Amino acid sequence: MSQRMTKIHLFGLVGLLLLLVGSYLGLFVAPPDRYMGDVQRIMYVHLPSAWNGMLCYLFAFGFAIASIWQHKPKWDALTVGAIEVGAVLNALLLIQGSIWARPTWGVWWDWDVRLTTSLIMFLLFAGVLALRSFVEDPNQRATWTAIATIVAFIDVPLVYFCVRWWRSLHQVQSTPDTVSSAMVMPLRLNSIAIFLLVIWMVAQRARLEMIRHQKEQVDEPARMATVGGLENV
Amino acid sequence: MKILRQTWAVVRKDLLLEWRGRSRILSVLLFGVVTLLLFSFAVGPDSVMLRTAAGGFLVLALLLSSTLSLSESFRVEQELRAIEGLLLLPVDPVALYYGKCLSNTFFLMLLAPVLTPVTLILYSVELDFAGFLTLFGLWTLAAAGLSAPGTLYAAMTSRLQSQDVLLPLLLFPLVIPVLMGSVKSVTLLLTGDPMSQIQSWTLLLASFAIIYWSLCGLLFPHAIEEGS
Repeated sequence: MSQRMTKIHLFGLVGLLLLLVGSYLGLFVAPPDRYMGDVQRIMYVHLPSAWNGMLCYLFAFGFAIASIWQHKPKWDALTVGAIEVGAVLNALLLIQGSIWARPTWGVWWDWDVRLTTSLIMFLLFAGVLALRSFVEDPNQRATWTAIATIVAFIDVPLVYFCVRWWRSLHQVQSTPDTVSSAMVMPLRLNSIAIFLLVIWMVAQRARLEMIRHQKEQVDEPARMATVGGLENV
Repeated sequence: MKILRQTWAVVRKDLLLEWRGRSRILSVLLFGVVTLLLFSFAVGPDSVMLRTAAGGFLVLALLLSSTLSLSESFRVEQELRAIEGLLLLPVDPVALYYGKCLSNTFFLMLLAPVLTPVTLILYSVELDFAGFLTLFGLWTLAAAGLSAPGTLYAAMTSRLQSQDVLLPLLLFPLVIPVLMGSVKSVTLLLTGDPMSQIQSWTLLLASFAIIYWSLCGLLFPHAIEEGS
């Protein structure tokens, strides 16, 4: 168990180091954008946040299916871990997007397809966490979290295409072919770094959830005994 | 065939109960009318602006009324733990879901004949008979789209104390495609559709309804398992 924990901490440590190197390269080595100048440097955390946030929701969807299939607490713990980390990255994405949009577009917010989809995605998964916090029974909580996660995840492509029809302003996605190689390296490093940090954080959050689950299992018979005792009085 | 019979029995039970009480549909209708009135106060007496936003207001009235109707549909099942009785009969959970979904869709469809004339009068919008029929078709698709996830979430949240908060919190972000699709198509219907865009938005509404009627039907039996 402790060996496995050390391995997990290694993910966090390597992720942090890579993030430092990637951010240094992005801030001081990579050239500024021809049109946006230094403002563009936010891309080195903005895009990795977006990719990894989406990946977290995808993992949560997979864990949720496994949770409904097998009813094992570990899948529920991983689902909640992935949703929470995904929601944090999603919130960071929205904040970074606003910071970038102000000098570039002249507004803090615009009803652009990816911006709007990100906000709706955040609200969808925040709703799942809210539902979870109101359910006391651990088994029911796990099932309902999994159901709400699946229902929310299936909605994401629908929301995306719907908002895309509605309107769009966001610039076309960049690919390694369309940006300078000096910009690609910090972007790749930071993406890998945040991915490693995501693994570490989801594992830590899942571990915490498993401890809570075990505590609930211990507390439940004691609580039932107290209630039963009171009823007998 | 058994599942169809059971689904029909659930729909019939809901309609009969509502017919005897009539409290749910009356309060939901009244709520919808009050909402339409409030929207016009929020915008002001500018008739051009009101006419432009009429489609959006009509759909928002449907959306806001739907939470009342949906939460009520499972509140009655929680009273005296009637849902357990239904499952013990035994009613197939899938039949229970589709029965509830159909009756919820029907109750939301009943809002159209009342809220549409109120909108036309309050916002000075004109609509011919063919337009009325198209609007009713769009309304039915929107009601079906709202009912599918709404029935599933109402079944879950009805067991919790914070149902009134949780149901809209879960439902509103989820049904944004329904909201956008119906607002766009109803607005195009009321203000003119020179580019024939209504078909695309109708397709979106139909896709949402098909996806969520299938998905939620699969998930519902898990949602109502006792301590699953």
